[in-house]
Amino acid sequence: MLEVTGLRKVYGSREAVRDLTFSIDRGELVCVVGPSGCGKTTLLRCIAGLLPATAGTVSVAGVPVTGPPPDMAVVFQEYGRSLFPWMTVRQNVELPLKERKVAKERRERLVSESLAAVGLADVPGAYPWQLSGGMQQRVAIARAIAYEPRVLLMDEPFAAVDAQTRAELEDLILALWQRLGTTTLFVTHDIDEAVYLGQRVVVLSSSPTVVLEDLKIDLPAERDQLATRALPRFADLRGHVYAQIQKAKGVR
Amino acid sequence: MKAILRVLGLPALLVLAWWAYSASADNFYVPDPGRVAAAFAETWFGERLLDDALPSLGRLLAGYVVATAVGVGLGVPIGLSARLRATAEPVLEFFRAIPPPVLVPLIMLLAGIDDTMKVLVIVSGCVWPILLNTVEGVRALDGVLADTCRMYGISRRHLILRGASPQIMAGLRQALSVGIILMVISEMFASSSGLGFTIVLFQRGFQIAEMWSGILLLGLLGFALSTAFRWCERRILFWHWSNRA
Ligand SMILES: Nc1ncnc2c1ncn2[C@@H]1O[C@H](COP(=O)(O)OP(=O)(O)OP(=O)(O)O)[C@@H](O)[C@H]1O
Ligand SMILES: [Mg+2]
Repeated sequence: MLEVTGLRKVYGSREAVRDLTFSIDRGELVCVVGPSGCGKTTLLRCIAGLLPATAGTVSVAGVPVTGPPPDMAVVFQEYGRSLFPWMTVRQNVELPLKERKVAKERRERLVSESLAAVGLADVPGAYPWQLSGGMQQRVAIARAIAYEPRVLLMDEPFAAVDAQTRAELEDLILALWQRLGTTTLFVTHDIDEAVYLGQRVVVLSSSPTVVLEDLKIDLPAERDQLATRALPRFADLRGHVYAQIQKAKGVR
Repeated sequence: MKAILRVLGLPALLVLAWWAYSASADNFYVPDPGRVAAAFAETWFGERLLDDALPSLGRLLAGYVVATAVGVGLGVPIGLSARLRATAEPVLEFFRAIPPPVLVPLIMLLAGIDDTMKVLVIVSGCVWPILLNTVEGVRALDGVLADTCRMYGISRRHLILRGASPQIMAGLRQALSVGIILMVISEMFASSSGLGFTIVLFQRGFQIAEMWSGILLLGLLGFALSTAFRWCERRILFWHWSNRA
């Protein structure tokens, strides 16, 4: 579904991303984990067609990405700045559908359903700045799923919310993914989060970035914040990823 | 009660001080508040309101609207293009630095001494703060929102004007006070009506209380306009103030 081949990005004279190759099958949820500043946002912006790569290609369903593909949605890290402050929650979720000329009836159904799915059915008339950070990120997620993308990208969406909210939002993402089956790429710097959410975890080195490992997560499909994290296998995987990243640091 | 006192206390004190001064000094050029109030009612609650005050306001409004259209209309493309900005900005800063009143004699030569001249004078002063603030507001639009628009196929018109509106409103606010000043100045040159003209006329005719009443009217007018402006601004930027609260 999504293929990244030999991706390289150089900013001026600074090589941020050296060589990334990986792919995601239809309906998979894959996490990309890497240390802070390793180029995760750069990678995501290249995949989204927001940033031209220096070399290498990205393709979605066999079609090379040259600009933002029409069937791709992104949840940005900066939730506070990705929603229109002068629009209500409902208007924010509805705007992309309006611009795409989705018929009114269907539009209203999609908006209501996705707001309900993220647990915000009762605040459609509120403005984003009246909501907590976690709720704002829920709005951004609702906007993404109402858009019915074939590929959903998320850039450290929960890096700025508290631990409690973060756990809730992680389970929300899992529930939505299990229900909708959307191909999802989830970027994070948090190893625990990556192992907990992903079917696979792509481990990145620090900058200039390469893929250290493409790791299959053989945990039971049903994940649970307490039970899953308590599994010995969870600890193994997490320790393994941690060691990989540390080892890569030692080499440099 | 306390609130009323707080709002009206200082004005009342000032009027009292004025009255005390005019009573004790007996200066011909400083009539007491009572006489000015009487002159105010006599002068302005009549023909002069229609013949002088309203046309002044009309020209101010016309100049302000034209300046807004030109300022925002040019500011958006300049703000969006780094290349245009590099070319235009030094020139704009130069024009902004020219004090608009010195343009009055020039505009008189070019456009005559009728309403067009006066409106042009107002435009020539108001347009710069609006234009430069629009450029800055559009230039500094949020990158994440811009990415959001591109990603979700949202046309940029949803972003640009609203996103830059806090800056644009700041420009419009500066332009309003500049506009009032230029409205008066443009009427002091070669004019036969208007508030500025009338005040000069009274001064030349030694109608001192009437002259003071004109100044008072201008003060009240400026106050009313800026109150109205704040009212609009609060409605347009409701999301912005609350953001910063
Ligand atoms: N526009 C840019 N111009 C120059 N250098 C950039 C630019 N954007 C990012 N970089 C550099 O590229 C590297 C990777 O940045 P990027 O934001 O992709 O990292 P990240 O993994 O998302 O970091 P974080 O964990 O802080 O979100 C950083 O060292 C950064 O300084
Ligand atoms: Mg980042």
